[in-house]
Amino acid sequence: MKDVLLTVKENTALVSGVYKMVLEGDCSHITAAGQFVNFKLDGLYLRRPISVCDLNGNELTVIYKVVGKGTRQMSAMTKGQQLQVLTGLGNGYDLAPAGEAPLLIGGGVGVPPMYLLAKKLLAEGKTPQVILGFNTQAEVFYEEEFKALGCQVTVTTVDGSKGVKGFVTDGLPKAYSYFYCCGPEPMLKAVYRSCTTSGQFSFEERMGCGFGACMGCTCKTVTGYKRICKDGPVMKKEEILWED
Amino acid sequence: MGRLSVTLCGIEIDNPVIPASGTFGYGYEFAEIYDINCLGTFSFKGTTKDPRFGNPTPRIAECYAGMINAVGLQNPGVEKVIEEELPKLAKCFHKPVMANVSGFAIEDYAYTCEKLDKEPQVGWLEVNISCPNVHGGGMTFGTDPEQAAAVVRAVKAVTTKPVFVKLTPNVTDIVAIAKACEAAGADGISLINTMLGMRIDLKTRKPVIANTMGGFSGPAIFPVALRMVYQVAHAVKIPVIGIGGVSTAEDVIEMMLAGATAVEVGAANLVDPMVCRKIIEELPAVMDTYRIDNLKDIIGGVR
Repeated sequence: MKDVLLTVKENTALVSGVYKMVLEGDCSHITAAGQFVNFKLDGLYLRRPISVCDLNGNELTVIYKVVGKGTRQMSAMTKGQQLQVLTGLGNGYDLAPAGEAPLLIGGGVGVPPMYLLAKKLLAEGKTPQVILGFNTQAEVFYEEEFKALGCQVTVTTVDGSKGVKGFVTDGLPKAYSYFYCCGPEPMLKAVYRSCTTSGQFSFEERMGCGFGACMGCTCKTVTGYKRICKDGPVMKKEEILWED
Repeated sequence: MGRLSVTLCGIEIDNPVIPASGTFGYGYEFAEIYDINCLGTFSFKGTTKDPRFGNPTPRIAECYAGMINAVGLQNPGVEKVIEEELPKLAKCFHKPVMANVSGFAIEDYAYTCEKLDKEPQVGWLEVNISCPNVHGGGMTFGTDPEQAAAVVRAVKAVTTKPVFVKLTPNVTDIVAIAKACEAAGADGISLINTMLGMRIDLKTRKPVIANTMGGFSGPAIFPVALRMVYQVAHAVKIPVIGIGGVSTAEDVIEMMLAGATAVEVGAANLVDPMVCRKIIEELPAVMDTYRIDNLKDIIGGVR
């Protein structure tokens, strides 16, 4: 964990309401795909946790959806502006159990962390298969970026306007060695029920600090209480206890 | 000793900056990013007799210049705190630490305090009779002078170390509670705990906090905390620790002028994990600006 000052290099809309921000600075404390960073924004008391999409040396990419005051403020930022960012938060995905052909499942703004994960798996000689789930064609982003990495990509849309009609679970391949998943909780639950192998899930919760101090985001797991920000946000399938 | 040092019930601390309970864990998360031995001391996560999960999530809501929490005293229970957390704490913090204790019955407080009192690392006990996030305990002891005094007497009967009592601001007359604690044998008063607050999500038309209400903290409550510190510090003879929205070196000085011997920093740690070190580093220059040679000289300076 390190609090650093990052400079906005690029901040552009990918699709309506979803932005890609590239920041430059000391990113040395980001060590794994699936980790997140916490943005300090003017006039807002708590920081805003956003997952890491990509990392190239001292260049960090995040993708965020405008959902409130914080993300709206971020969307108006321009090149050269500086942001205080707490970096290297959370455990991130464990690559060890991936097997030869792991399945990467991202839904909506759960897609971004899958990008760095795909790169890391490819670097280890694995063949990741990717499912990207959206509501409708107009919301689809990063399909081409995943293809450019060399991944096999399936897009699903709830209304069928692009790719497979339905949810990510309607696009599951016949065979995969393991899965990694990030998206809204109903999607996580559906994947939990549908996927036949073991895997890892990334969770969200309202956080106070983002680094394990306040116990604001604790959940119950098979192996005891875990802080989503510090012991997560990634949990293994076997340790998850759904609340309802 | 240095110009920042103060004495808390016979124990001299290097400076008056103390991270508040519940915002600093057992110290080791913060020790990852700075040497926490620069702190005066810190008050570790509120400990109860039995392990507690706490409240359902969401436990956190944002406010203007502050936040609401309804964690609900999540902790592994006093036995595990002593077996597992204190040894880890000892590795990163080498000064006397403040043990924060909560309970649901007077006997719980006595049980937990008696155990922690025996730990050599513990310099002071801080008895929390002010947690707004638990039912049938916590704050109920802090809203009635008789009950507050009963907790203090029970704890003092089984402990040897200085006992601070942490008070809630959610009362009509905080001076009456503080005086009752002093008369019952408390060695110091910590105030204030969080103010009871609430937020509603306009989209869902439900409270943001799963537990509906929670404790409001942050810079927004600083003037209320300062006022209560002022009232209590001038009504009791025992030392007062000022808590509530402290975020800067200037806030520390303001709290001490109001009567605090030391201050606790709470919510600010969650937003900026380095904040306590920054405050300690900035204090000498801010003292120079306001022509303060020694912090001890300004305690209760405003009457």
